[in-house]
Amino acid sequence: MNKHLLSSEDLTADDIATLFATAAEMHDVQRREVKKLPALRGRTIINLFFEDSTRTRSSFEIAGKWLSADTINITGKGSSASKGESLRDTVLTIASMGVDAVVMRHGASGAAQQVSQWVDAAVVNAGDGTHEHPTQALLDAYALSRHFGDGGRLGSLEGRHVVLVGDLTHSRVFRSNVITLTRLGAQVTVVAPPTLMPAGIASWSSSAGFATSYDLDEVLPKADAVMMLRVQKERMSGGFFPTSREYTVGYGLTRDRLRVLGPEVPICHPGPMNRGLEIAADAADAAQSLILEQVSAGVAVRMSVLYHLLAGEGTA
Amino acid sequence: MTHQPVIVRGASLLGEQTADVLLVDGVVAEVGTARVDAPSDARVVEADGLVLLPGLVDLHTHLREPGREDAETVRTGSAAAARGGYTAVLAMANTSPVTDTAEAAERVHALGRAAGIVDVQPVGAVTKGLRGEELAELGLMARSRAGVRVFSDDGKCVADARVMRRALEYVKAFGGVVSQHAQEPTLAGATACCHEGELSGRLGLPGWPGVAEEVIVARDVMLARHTGSRVHVAHASTAGTVEVLRWAKSLGIQVTAEVTPHHLLLTTDLLGGYDPTFKVNPPLRPAEDVEALRDALADGTIDAVATDHAPHARHDKEHAFVDAAFGMLGLETALGVVASVMVSSGRMGWGDVARVMSTRPAEIAGLAGRGDQGHGRPVAVGEPANLTLVDPAASVVVDRDDSASLSRNNPWHGRTLTAAVRATFLRGTPTVLDGQLVEIGATTEGSLT
Repeated sequence: MNKHLLSSEDLTADDIATLFATAAEMHDVQRREVKKLPALRGRTIINLFFEDSTRTRSSFEIAGKWLSADTINITGKGSSASKGESLRDTVLTIASMGVDAVVMRHGASGAAQQVSQWVDAAVVNAGDGTHEHPTQALLDAYALSRHFGDGGRLGSLEGRHVVLVGDLTHSRVFRSNVITLTRLGAQVTVVAPPTLMPAGIASWSSSAGFATSYDLDEVLPKADAVMMLRVQKERMSGGFFPTSREYTVGYGLTRDRLRVLGPEVPICHPGPMNRGLEIAADAADAAQSLILEQVSAGVAVRMSVLYHLLAGEGTA
Repeated sequence: MTHQPVIVRGASLLGEQTADVLLVDGVVAEVGTARVDAPSDARVVEADGLVLLPGLVDLHTHLREPGREDAETVRTGSAAAARGGYTAVLAMANTSPVTDTAEAAERVHALGRAAGIVDVQPVGAVTKGLRGEELAELGLMARSRAGVRVFSDDGKCVADARVMRRALEYVKAFGGVVSQHAQEPTLAGATACCHEGELSGRLGLPGWPGVAEEVIVARDVMLARHTGSRVHVAHASTAGTVEVLRWAKSLGIQVTAEVTPHHLLLTTDLLGGYDPTFKVNPPLRPAEDVEALRDALADGTIDAVATDHAPHARHDKEHAFVDAAFGMLGLETALGVVASVMVSSGRMGWGDVARVMSTRPAEIAGLAGRGDQGHGRPVAVGEPANLTLVDPAASVVVDRDDSASLSRNNPWHGRTLTAAVRATFLRGTPTVLDGQLVEIGATTEGSLT
């Protein structure tokens, strides 16, 4: 593994397998009464969140604490540019306190990659703008692997058809997932109206080996797993789609589509959900929904990532 | 004015005939293919193997004074220009305060004269405060001592069609030209920073589609036709813009255009590492666009190369990519880029370089017909002695620290460029000799630093 985790591109299939094996061990810890492991005792992790986040920040914080690292949260809304301080000055100030890892969320694409060039600490990208969210992709793939496995043993995603639906243009979850899932041998189809597909996706999908579609109803019967992505209502004012009603009819996981899907196909959502917009309550709460398993998998996967970046001197 | 005479011996005029050129009292006194006798006190510049060009003229420079003297001053920008072979630069209006009054224009003009390294010709804003709403005092700027002829809201597009129409009509009274930063803001807003395409999709950067430039260029050439006015397209960056220009020129519409050195060589894939050094507006484009721009420059569809020299303090580039400042340095490397891309490949000769970097820019800016203050004139007896001496065989590895600019946002750092400026003469006075700046005996008067 690299020193940092900035992009899902940084991880080979072997790296992912190693991370998952450790995550599975960490996952068991969650069921113990005493959850702390001593692995990162004396190490310091800063959760540097320039953008609001509840689940990702607390997931990283719990992961660090269960590994006995000292974790500190720093949150600041808005870009440092708006405060007159350069991003470099902001992060150098924090990194100079002697931290071992910086877990960073920033509203600007590429911010974590830039920061990794300025600081000595390991940098974990916890979401950069509309670029990537590599630990989310890992936890999604891990949750799916558990689902397709057997009694806690991880199954393979090789040949599984995973369908991602939603606002692809603005989704870092989509960008990281498509990389990680294809690397694990899954067949990926992304579905969105043309206005919510990123520029150049035709050439991108053909070189990266995933499929695109505007027609959810055509794709859904062939899905082995469905991942619904959050659609922000403010996108309507940008002219990306006319009304939420029209979006739901075209691309929502409605009760009717849940019926088409059948009871076996797992449903994922990275949260936070817009119930009634991209996902009906019946689908979110269905027995096949992995949404809460994703959250629990998130802690295990992030423990594994922090462990491998910090305890093993960067080697898996 | 008294000058030490200069005799340039054995230079190749525009890369063709070899001659001696004598400069006396700011003008070219003699051009001879046989040996020219020089006064005994003349400075002798041996120019064997060197190419003599008319002094370069930059239609598009940002000097940052007044307002951001930490990034560049009129004096430091002038020095960078001279090192790049320039004898005149047009200083864009987006300073703080904006050059939108006669007083502001005269101040920039005076700062330039005080520095005395190149002629600094201010560009006037088209609209007050670059807000795109009401016309700035175009006529007063034209009548001022600065004699402004080029007007631009550069950095921002004059997006309102009615305002653009009125500006085009109004400047006809004094032979002005509107230089348009073509960026339809509803298609490429303030955060747009990466050519819209597969890379912007993958990187998650706000896309800046070529069509946002092309629709404005298309609109503006129709407005120029309707008003019978002259419009200039700043930093043309796409193949689509080239198509529109070619069509408009074929109809006789009065449109001219410039291309930057960076759009002739650098491509959008450089943004892959999110390095804000490569953040520029309009953004770097794919290779297909670069190729179309080279063709257009060679065949005259694009009239001029202009640097869009945009110095920035280091901390203004050390933000996240979308938050970092737009722009890159260009004055000291422009000739090398043009030589590397266009001359080395045989697509242009040195006469063409003189056309696109001196003659046409001077004509567009209204600097050609200013008598002894003129620029872009032929190397001929009686003409102002604004000249640039180039070593066409030099190979230079660009070092960002070897610069007269106050800023270091140099996208060419580490690249090898062909050709180097050996000497620059402003009205017969050397500003650069042996590739080094000459200390000009100018005062500190008028400069804030």
